[in-house]
Amino acid sequence: MTAADGRPTQDERVPDGERAIPGGPPVTERRPSVTERRLHPVTPLRRAWAPVALLAGWAAHDPDQAQRQLSRLTTTALLLALAIVVPAAALYGFLSWWFTHYAVTDTELRIRTGLLFRRTAHIRLERIQAVDVTRPLLARIAGVAKLKLDVIGTAKKDELAFLGEDHARALRAELLARAAGFAPRTAHEVGEAPARVLVRVPARDIAVSLLLVGATWGSLASALVVPPLVWLATHSLWTTLAVAVPLVGGAVTGSAGRFAGAYDWTLSESPDGLRIDRGLLDRTHETVPPGRVQTVRITEPLLWRRRGWVRVGLDVAGSSNSLLLPVAPREVAESVIARVLPEAAVPDAAALLRPPRRAGWCAPVRWRAYGFTVTETVFAARHGLLRRRLALAPHAKVQSVRLTQGPWRRLWGVADVHVDTGANRTVTARLRDAGEAAWLLAAQADRSRTGRGAARPDRWMARGPSAAGPDQDG
Amino acid sequence: METGSPEDGRAAGGEAGVEPVWNALPPGLLRMRRLLLVVWLGLLALVAGLVPGLVAGAAWSALALALMAWGWVLLGRNWRSWRYAERADDLLISRGVLWREETVVPYGRMQLVEVTSGPVERHFGLATVQLHTAAATTDATIPGLDPAEAERLRDRLTELGEARSAGL
Repeated sequence: MTAADGRPTQDERVPDGERAIPGGPPVTERRPSVTERRLHPVTPLRRAWAPVALLAGWAAHDPDQAQRQLSRLTTTALLLALAIVVPAAALYGFLSWWFTHYAVTDTELRIRTGLLFRRTAHIRLERIQAVDVTRPLLARIAGVAKLKLDVIGTAKKDELAFLGEDHARALRAELLARAAGFAPRTAHEVGEAPARVLVRVPARDIAVSLLLVGATWGSLASALVVPPLVWLATHSLWTTLAVAVPLVGGAVTGSAGRFAGAYDWTLSESPDGLRIDRGLLDRTHETVPPGRVQTVRITEPLLWRRRGWVRVGLDVAGSSNSLLLPVAPREVAESVIARVLPEAAVPDAAALLRPPRRAGWCAPVRWRAYGFTVTETVFAARHGLLRRRLALAPHAKVQSVRLTQGPWRRLWGVADVHVDTGANRTVTARLRDAGEAAWLLAAQADRSRTGRGAARPDRWMARGPSAAGPDQDG
Repeated sequence: METGSPEDGRAAGGEAGVEPVWNALPPGLLRMRRLLLVVWLGLLALVAGLVPGLVAGAAWSALALALMAWGWVLLGRNWRSWRYAERADDLLISRGVLWREETVVPYGRMQLVEVTSGPVERHFGLATVQLHTAAATTDATIPGLDPAEAERLRDRLTELGEARSAGL
């Protein structure tokens, strides 16, 4: 995948018949082949709703024609269609389940799938950025779970859905143990690392925090106000429905959905990294191994300020979740951030350097909210007048540094410095003095180059030079 | 580890204290862009001047010619603004006249180096080197290089990237 992947010592350990090292014989016969396993037998049913949804969508999209078509159908035609469609769908579901295998080797998770178009995904374990185990409501009833490894470049289809619940938990523990660098033979027995709860967010706080966000009220108000207005203007049922359904849906997901998603938000710490458990109906679990966090963001909406609440986001490369704490008092959030980014203290608001006064010509009012600082370990920048947002990027995670300056900024002698991190999140120090920005660019490039030296190896539990060596800078 | 920018990089303006060895782009790129400009705008001027029915043909073709002259100067300025420097541990790319942009990519963060050359570029003997890091926002492209220089740069970047590999 990358230049960093060239690790001959580990490649040789792959007991994998399919990988032939160029220039050498395949290393197969010496070791027993890896046991391949199938997913949980309930898996074929996961797509059962799809044809129904397709029909419903078609009917909703073009209701008049749907009615005409339905009235033309006779009972025999309907039965005939059912007799063809249902077995065909069942056969497809069964075959796609039958042809999907996965296997855990010493260095990778291998998912082999595809009936006509074969596809094998090799996911390297030391590249794991996070492990997610999700249990949607129906899956919880059936006692199964989805397991997904977040690695850069993995697609949605690279998840293991579904596995038995206990099996998913055991597999997660095993994958993490192997990724951490435990010896292959003992990885089975290591089991789940003990976790210590750091924060459990009370349901009341989540509800109140959602009520104190303008977006919630905005979506609720628009869902209540707009459809009646459309009805008054057009007197067309379908138009009103077409407007009302997305609005109401948005309002529900924006309020109740977010509440349910954040319900019982538990953040715990274990040697395997950070664990996030959350959800009322759909339970989600995420484990972020140490040293995977690319940026941390602290958001402070206007109405939360009086209560001293903040929302903490975190970005992990390849992961879809970007929330660490939906709501927490500032002190709690800062103590959690100290765990996520070791040795990094959240800089004080007073410690942030503000842009020069003339920057007001470039961003009339907003410039007052801009601020930035550099500490030993992080690059921090703040923006947002009403909703204050502070983003922290550890020096060790910086991928590139850029300085940009347009003509108007040049006139006022200011420039922006962008710091790009691996999770495609850019932290920007806005409207710095041009000379300072040029110096900052050089200094930041230097810091991010040397920052990696102190970082932990990808295999966080591994000891000794062989595991840590290739990842050290120099 | 040696660094191209030691602590005296603090000098005001940054570049003043540690002037790296800047490379400019070869003139081939400028020639290609100017030729393309002349061809397309010349065609436009011809069409505007000759095809009847268009409003005041001569004025329109004069406008196209004026655009051509302006573009000629603009391309020259833009071409002159492009420069790159290989320092001990990172690559510097600086470009833009009105919208200036300066990018620093540490070699260790390089995931992939790409050398591309389209049909027009190939005809003029040019190649583009593009660096990719794990951040998609990293925009480190050097256009219009000599193919030999592009390959040298690619090999050197790959080699340095391997030696200093830092991953994510």
